[in-house]
Amino acid sequence: MMFAIGGNQSALNPHGPIARSIVTHTWWLLAISIAVYVVVMAALLIALARRRRESDDLPATTSRLTRNVGVAVVLTVLTLIGIAASSVVAGRGLYSPSGAGAITVDVVGHQWWWDFQYHDVTPSDVFTSPNELHIPVGVPVVIKAMSTDVIHSFWVPNLMGKRDLIPGIVTNTWIQADEPGVYRGQCAEFCGHQHAHMALNVVAEPMDEFLTWIQHQREPAAEPSTDLERRGQQVFLQSPCVTCHAIRGTDAGSHVGPELTHVASRLTLAAGTLPNARGHLAGWIANSQSIKPGNRMPPNPLAPDDLQAVLAYVRSLR
Amino acid sequence: MNPPPLRDDTSKLRHDRPAERRETITTADEERLRRQLADTWYVPRGIIGWFSVADHKTIGRRYIITAFCFFIFAGILAGLMRLQLAVPNNHFIGPDLYNQIFTVHGTMMMFLFAVPVMEAMGIYLVPLMIGARNIAFPRLNAFSYYVYLFGGVMLVLTMLMNTAPDVGWFSYVPLAGPDHAPGKRADFWAQLITFTEVAALAVSVELVATIFKTRAPGMSLNRMPLFVWSMLVTAFMVIFAMPSIVTCSTFLLLDRLVGTHFYNPAEGGDALLWQHLFWFFGHPEVYIIFVPALGIVSSIISAFTWRPVFGYSAMVMSLVATGFIGFGLWVHHMFATGLPALGLEYFTAASIVIAIPSGIQIFCWIASIWRGRPRFHAPLLFVVGFVAIFVLGGLSGVTLASVPFDLQVHDSYYVVAHFHYVLLGGAVFPLIGGIYFWFPKITGRMMDDRMGKWNFWLLFIGFNVTFFPMHILGLDGMPRRVYTYPDNMGWNTLNLIASLGALLLVVGGAMFVYNVVRSYTWGTVASENPWGAETLEWSVSSPPPVYNFLHLPVVEGRCALWDRSADAPVVTGIRSDCREVLVTDVMDAEPICRVEYPEPSLWPFACAVVTSAFFVGSIFTPWALPISIVPLAITLIGWFWPKKADSDTRAEQPAGSMREARA
Repeated sequence: MMFAIGGNQSALNPHGPIARSIVTHTWWLLAISIAVYVVVMAALLIALARRRRESDDLPATTSRLTRNVGVAVVLTVLTLIGIAASSVVAGRGLYSPSGAGAITVDVVGHQWWWDFQYHDVTPSDVFTSPNELHIPVGVPVVIKAMSTDVIHSFWVPNLMGKRDLIPGIVTNTWIQADEPGVYRGQCAEFCGHQHAHMALNVVAEPMDEFLTWIQHQREPAAEPSTDLERRGQQVFLQSPCVTCHAIRGTDAGSHVGPELTHVASRLTLAAGTLPNARGHLAGWIANSQSIKPGNRMPPNPLAPDDLQAVLAYVRSLR
Repeated sequence: MNPPPLRDDTSKLRHDRPAERRETITTADEERLRRQLADTWYVPRGIIGWFSVADHKTIGRRYIITAFCFFIFAGILAGLMRLQLAVPNNHFIGPDLYNQIFTVHGTMMMFLFAVPVMEAMGIYLVPLMIGARNIAFPRLNAFSYYVYLFGGVMLVLTMLMNTAPDVGWFSYVPLAGPDHAPGKRADFWAQLITFTEVAALAVSVELVATIFKTRAPGMSLNRMPLFVWSMLVTAFMVIFAMPSIVTCSTFLLLDRLVGTHFYNPAEGGDALLWQHLFWFFGHPEVYIIFVPALGIVSSIISAFTWRPVFGYSAMVMSLVATGFIGFGLWVHHMFATGLPALGLEYFTAASIVIAIPSGIQIFCWIASIWRGRPRFHAPLLFVVGFVAIFVLGGLSGVTLASVPFDLQVHDSYYVVAHFHYVLLGGAVFPLIGGIYFWFPKITGRMMDDRMGKWNFWLLFIGFNVTFFPMHILGLDGMPRRVYTYPDNMGWNTLNLIASLGALLLVVGGAMFVYNVVRSYTWGTVASENPWGAETLEWSVSSPPPVYNFLHLPVVEGRCALWDRSADAPVVTGIRSDCREVLVTDVMDAEPICRVEYPEPSLWPFACAVVTSAFFVGSIFTPWALPISIVPLAITLIGWFWPKKADSDTRAEQPAGSMREARA
């Protein structure tokens, strides 16, 4: 059980231009801090341990000390100027993307999940991808940060620093990944009960794969192909599920909770809480409160047959 | 400057009478004066008397003990959090309870421990250090204590009843607003803030008045002990910072209670308004906690190196500069909100600049130790530990001033590490050192120094083991305020180490409490100046008499006791048959006039009861205000009822009759 600096959610493991420039800056800060700390501690220890002399009380000692303190203050100021300069250099690219933004994604915070809404000029091509942000590799993606309930903070340490999602305020920032991969992020502003289980995945993929993914997401949900799935769809549509969830292509159209049109294609369930597997999904549908206490989804006491049918249907929503 | 001679054998010191001249002759006159002063400045006894006391030492002691009780309570909550976080996916504490625990831990540590305990040190020590008989506005002082106590008890009760606030010590809206925080939990938080605001403002006004107007003759501003300077700066910071949180918590209460929309964006309110108002108070708040600690450090360093602190003027100017710059940093808590970049750069600059006065003070202390004669008793160890921890916390603080770096570590465990380094290391270590230092003065008995050293090492090692790994956790992407974390994040080992360190902290804390309790009963009896320190509180017996000084002293130099000549004058002409005190001017402490302080009274307590009932009542109904106005008025009228006295004749005596004479 060793700890690894630079794990899959570490700011020290950069995979994008913003995170990379911050890491360079971080090493500078660390080096300066260690140097200052060592010098100050050495001075303190020498001051404590040195042999005392009769001459210590002479004015000459005092004026020598005054000079030394003066030099130390000047060095402090110079060090601080160095830190400020490093900060400015690291912060240059923070606010405006390095190139033209490929796409714009609305990042909407909810208690306790994320909604990523992909813009398009054609209204029917607008779609949302809960808890999973897909971006093309090597291109800046513009992020519009907003929230519908309380303040959340969007943070994907491998790629970028934080941006708060504040109700009533929309701010723009940007994100870019330089290598394909899945980068985990997590809400960084305390947002209530399940702040701890409000994670997300950023899936960075080459442009062609990304475009394929977009194309797929724009399509309505797959029609159920087996009897079990058809029964599952019926149960779903007649159960309280539809009061919160939408499945495009069916009558379920509520956007209180995450959209489920392509839920089976996602990596995780419940905002990064569970791997997207059949058993986890069953547990989540039956009683999500035992997994993520306080979340907004009530338990669903379905009959075993119904549950199996719903599972089959939801798992078919690729 | 005339520092005392170097003494090699320091172990004898405890039982030694200090080298300084001491009045041993008690002529019949002096004995009579002593008795009369003791009668005049009596501390009332009995149950009613207990609630009537207006003596700064009694109130200060109660404040300190109460604050430490809250410290222990909040510390236990911290221990529970470390238990929960020791392993991933832990089910020991659920999210509902965990959120209450971290909210109450933060709120209690900040509002009920750190600020009050520092002000309490000021309440106890400032009048003694400046040669005064009591704090100015003694009844207000008593009132502030009860308001503080009732507020704190309310928060403890909510925690025990599982209805404690659960929205963080910062209570960001809209999470704390009416739509997202149902029930009364957030209201309890908002009113707790009101309680502590009132108490802190009252104490600050008293301290400013005490320091500015009742210093002993000769103690001009440039001779004031550094501890008194630090309390003065702190008091001013409280006076300027608190109105902001008053506004902000009152708006919240109004939003929740009577449906205003200050923070509701849907109705033209603004969620960010809260953050500006809160941090305009919240950032100075950390300096309100930290600046008094700087004063404690200076006191300990001068006493335990046997030399005045190096660079008095630089120290004072650094304290004052910290007080000003502290108000220009608040936006560095809001770097991630998306405010305009140019504005953020200003706050980066200000946050970096505040490192300069802190640096100057560190350098001056190191220079003091360099040319001094260090004696390694527990208080000095705690100060050395303070420097070692605080410098690290200061450096991590400078890194947080940088916007790009902050965007990564903001609201992560890096910040948790940082502020525990500056608050626990920067304030609590000096405070505990200060308790070891002033314990003999307050109780008349020495604390066990050997246990004190063990105590120091336990706390020092425990502290670093607990909080250093959190820097790495934060950089590794672990956010704050999560009640649990997944298994595969690479955070397990460091969290376990931190939890084990917390165990050491618990043992260290328990040892401190044990040492206090044991020394209070069985400690070596302390002389009036067991450490050979320089400030005036060490010239009176331990514990000090109720009237503090038999004769008000006249100060002849910056180190009141070390600079005192053998034939030092004292103030005479102050009446001893009533609570008369000398008022001096702000700059040079020249005598101006005499005023009479009020007698002990039950009214401040009654007023605090009504005030508290009003605060608690207004959590539930706006009618609490009109209903409590009448009883509040009654208690205030009783409080300010003029004393039937012969003061008219006394007022005619010119102030000039005060003269300086030999003791």
